[in-house]
Amino acid sequence: MIPAAFTYHAPRSLRDAVRLLRAYEGDARVVSGGMSLIPAMKLRLVQPEHLIDIGRLGELDYVRRTEEGGVAIGAGATYRSIEKSRTVAAVAPMLVETVRQVGDIQVRNRGTLCGSAAHADPAADAPATLLALDATFHTTGGPTRRAIQARRFFVDAYETVLGPTEVLTEIRIPKQPAHTGSTYLKFANKASRFAIVGVAAAVTVDRRGVCSRARIAVTGAGPCAVRATVSERYLTGRQMSEEAIAAAASRASRGMEFIEDVHGSEEYREHLTRVITQRALAEATQRAGA
Amino acid sequence: MRQVTLTVNGRRRTAEVEDRDLLVDLLREKLRLTGTHIGCDTSQCGACTVLLDGAAVKSCSLFAAQAEGAKVTTIEGMAKGDTLHPIQQAFHEEHGLQCGFCTPGMVMLLHEFLRRNPDPTEHEVRAALSGNMCRCTGYQNIVASALHAAQTLRGEG
Repeated sequence: MIPAAFTYHAPRSLRDAVRLLRAYEGDARVVSGGMSLIPAMKLRLVQPEHLIDIGRLGELDYVRRTEEGGVAIGAGATYRSIEKSRTVAAVAPMLVETVRQVGDIQVRNRGTLCGSAAHADPAADAPATLLALDATFHTTGGPTRRAIQARRFFVDAYETVLGPTEVLTEIRIPKQPAHTGSTYLKFANKASRFAIVGVAAAVTVDRRGVCSRARIAVTGAGPCAVRATVSERYLTGRQMSEEAIAAAASRASRGMEFIEDVHGSEEYREHLTRVITQRALAEATQRAGA
Repeated sequence: MRQVTLTVNGRRRTAEVEDRDLLVDLLREKLRLTGTHIGCDTSQCGACTVLLDGAAVKSCSLFAAQAEGAKVTTIEGMAKGDTLHPIQQAFHEEHGLQCGFCTPGMVMLLHEFLRRNPDPTEHEVRAALSGNMCRCTGYQNIVASALHAAQTLRGEG
C-alpha cells in the first residue's frame, strides 16, 4: 500500500518543528513513532501534505522523575523505554502494566505514549491509564503553552483538544497517594489486541478499609476514553468490600456513550464495561493492601 | 526524490527514494535485499521485521527517510559466509519453517529478543512472537527453534 504523496520534514529542534507546523498549518501532521499514523496513511485514511518527524529529537526522548516525585515522559519516549524505566515502575506501576499490553515488541520499540495520546484511537490502551493516573498533558506551539488535565484532553474518536499547530511534548504523571492499588485490565480483540473494553482502576484505601479516592477510566467502549465518575463517587468514602465493588461496577456504564462495530454491539460493550470494571476494582483493591 | 544514506548489514548505502517510500521498499526495491518480506503490509504479521539500530521494527511501518543515518540489519546480514547464524541454524535443525515466508521476520525478532532475554521460558518466547505470524507450522517448531537457539547462544549448545 502506498500513501498519498507528502513532504517529509526532519526538524532539528522542537522549535523548528513548531515553525514548520505553523508554516503548513492545517496541512501537516506530527509523527513520532508512527505506529498508528503510518498505517493510517498507507490506508489513505489520513493524507497530510507535510509530515513533521519529532521522533528523532533527542530533547524529547526522556523519562525522568519530577521534583514533585512524579514522572515526566517526553514525546520521543517509546513504550519500550517506559517498560524499562525504574522511575515509571516506582511511580506508576499501572503504566508499565498497560504498556506491556500494547501491540507487540516491534510496535513498542517505535510507538510512543505521547503519540498514542495525541492520536486518540478509541481502542488504545494508554488513554484509560493516563486518565486514572490524573496525568497532565504539556503542549507547545499554540497561542500559549498549556498544561491540560487528562480528563479535558480527549474529546472524541481521534480528536483531542490539541490545536492545529500544537505539539504534545510531555506527559506528566503525579505521585500517587500512599496505599493506592492500581491495575489496567482489558478484554482484547484476539487478532489486533486492541481493547474492546479496557479499564484502568486506581483506588486508595485507608487503614480502616475505607476508600478515600477512586479513579476508574474506560477505553474501547465509546468514542474516546472517559472516567467512570458515577462508580468513583459511589466508592469514595465507602468501606471496601466485594459488595461495594460489585455495586460500584454495576454503575460503571452510567452516563457513558457506547459504540457499535464489527467487534461488538453497544449492549455487549456496556456489559463488558461493568464486568471488567468489577475485576479491575477487585485487583486494584487487593494491591492497595486492603 | 531525496537521498537516504544508511548502513545496511555493515555497508554504507545511499539510495534515491520518494518521501512516501517505506523502509521495506528501500531494502527490497532499491538495494535488492529481498530477504525481508512483505506479508500483510499493515504492520501485523511481522514478516518485514528488521533491526533498526539494534531494535526489531516492522519495516513496512517506517518511511525510508526516517532511517537516514541508521544502522539496519536484515536477514542477509545474519550468516557469516556459509556459516548460518545460530538462530538460523536452530530453525534448520528444529524444522522451524515450512514455506519460509515468515522466517526472516521470526529470525530478526528473535535476534533482539534473545539478546534481551538469553534464557527465556517457553511462555516468554510465545509472548515475544506475538507480532510475528506463521500460517504453516502452528508455531511449535518455531518455539523449539527459539529455545534451541537460546541454548546455543548461551554457549550450552
